[in-house]
Amino acid sequence: MLSTSSRAARRPTLHTVENPRKSPLMTFFVGLFALYCLLPMVWLLINATKSQTDFVSTFGLAFGGELALWDNIVGVFTFQDGIFARWLLNTVMYVVVGALVSTFLAALGGYALAKHNFFGKKAFLLVVLGSISVPGIALAIPQFLLFAQMGLTNTPWAVLIPSFINPFGLYLMWVYSSDAVPNALIEAARIDGAKEFRIFWQIALPMLAPATVTVLLFSFVSIWNNYFLPLIMLKDPAWYPLTIGINQWNKLGSTAGNGELIQNLVITASLITIVPLIIAFLCLQRYWQSGLALGAVKD
Amino acid sequence: MTLQTTSPLRRKRRPTTGLLFLAPFGLLFIFVFIIPILYSAYISLFQNKLIGGQSFVGLDNYVRLFKDPQFYDGAIRVVVFTAIQVPIMLLCAILLALAVDSLRLHGTRFFRIVVFLPYAVPAIVSTLMWGFMLGIRYGLIGNLNDALGTRFDPFAPETTMASIGIMVTWGFTGYNMLIFYAALRAIPRELYEAAAIDGATEMQVVRNIKLPALRGSLTVTVIFSIIGTFQLFNEPNILSSLVSNSGITSYYTPNLYAYTLAFTGSQQGYAAALALVMAAFTIVIAYIVQIRGMKNAFDK
Repeated sequence: MLSTSSRAARRPTLHTVENPRKSPLMTFFVGLFALYCLLPMVWLLINATKSQTDFVSTFGLAFGGELALWDNIVGVFTFQDGIFARWLLNTVMYVVVGALVSTFLAALGGYALAKHNFFGKKAFLLVVLGSISVPGIALAIPQFLLFAQMGLTNTPWAVLIPSFINPFGLYLMWVYSSDAVPNALIEAARIDGAKEFRIFWQIALPMLAPATVTVLLFSFVSIWNNYFLPLIMLKDPAWYPLTIGINQWNKLGSTAGNGELIQNLVITASLITIVPLIIAFLCLQRYWQSGLALGAVKD
Repeated sequence: MTLQTTSPLRRKRRPTTGLLFLAPFGLLFIFVFIIPILYSAYISLFQNKLIGGQSFVGLDNYVRLFKDPQFYDGAIRVVVFTAIQVPIMLLCAILLALAVDSLRLHGTRFFRIVVFLPYAVPAIVSTLMWGFMLGIRYGLIGNLNDALGTRFDPFAPETTMASIGIMVTWGFTGYNMLIFYAALRAIPRELYEAAAIDGATEMQVVRNIKLPALRGSLTVTVIFSIIGTFQLFNEPNILSSLVSNSGITSYYTPNLYAYTLAFTGSQQGYAAALALVMAAFTIVIAYIVQIRGMKNAFDK
């Protein structure tokens, strides 16, 4: 809307629907919320540079007497014979295998639901969508007992197998396939004699790329951040992911009281844990939005 | 959510292809979802007795659950938490989405990213950060108390849940904001131009165009938020070893209680009954929200 004030008259910028006048007041309030979002991360960054002595003795948002970031990083990777590197590799393995398999299964299944007709399709969709609202714990206890009987607990399979199933991913893939892959193209490929799997792999999958990246990202974050499942499934620290390992370190100092206080290492390890995720977020952020748009608007 | 497919191709030759493609997902789904739930229902009918091991007790576990004050303590705590935290979080998310969508912020892109960033942080890291920051031993509140001579403790038994609320709101507001924002972006821009020509004020545009467009995503976010907060586990579980005297008991939330029963008390049958009752409760609430959401949409 055009302002009639003298200032607007002097500056001939046109404030249209696409380019409205900026509001300092609104920016201020949103800025306050942004501060709330950033404060813990700034705190983490600052405190990862402090030695244990400085962490205990200096103001939380000020730097310590010495810059100990590198010492802390070395400490994180050497403490307990360098088990942190093992946890990092475990997490990467859980994420890469889990995200790739779950995304592939979701794409294949979602495509089949959208483009093929078969018995029991509607019922299957309803059950899968219903399963999204089943609390994790209701599954985790029987999963643990079943896996224990099969000898799978305390192995990487106990964490990997449940992560292969991503009901929300299947839903996204189904919604996306029905719009993005033209039926005529599939029909044409069939007339040319292409096998069904080849049609999926060479024609449909490339067209599903945006949804695939979105589902990969969601799987990546949820597996990287997984806490409850590995907590109950794994007893051997050699198979821990980062999340369980860090909590284990944090308990060292705080529970017994006479344990070695390694909060500087816990904080630096936390920083190392979130850096890859933050980078993934910043680089691929447009996919987040398109994925959420699919999930939310399409209902 | 309504089923919305463009009509699938009619194929008479090989109707099994679809089933074949769905089979890997379907079989694993049966293995990690269906069988565990059925198994859970089965073991909820048994109790681990000191003499005789596992013995069939019928619905005893369920009867016991409905008389268990510790279960009610946790269940009421998460219901109250949900009733307070979810509206606050979703209101913030809607306001932020409206602000970002209005294009009237200095640095719209920056804010959109920053607000979503906490979603990337694992619960363990966010609980550690907030636990240290709000703690009175090393944290900022400790510094503040020293400076002002106060003795405010965010992790005293009466304030712990509020502190957990701060952490959960921190982690998930941005996620919900993006869902609302996506819905707002889907509004045809011509509507705004038409409204501007008609001389509508910004508040009228918000009330008559933008808020109605958020109905569908509001239903989705309410359901997902309720499912999430009913399962509250990570934050109290991690905090219980991070701060002392926080008032976090082994039955602080239903999930924490089920975890304690199953893995330290070896009462798997009772824990399974508890988890199933909470699951049923969650599904009923989600269903009611969805029905109400649909009804609102029809009334429009």
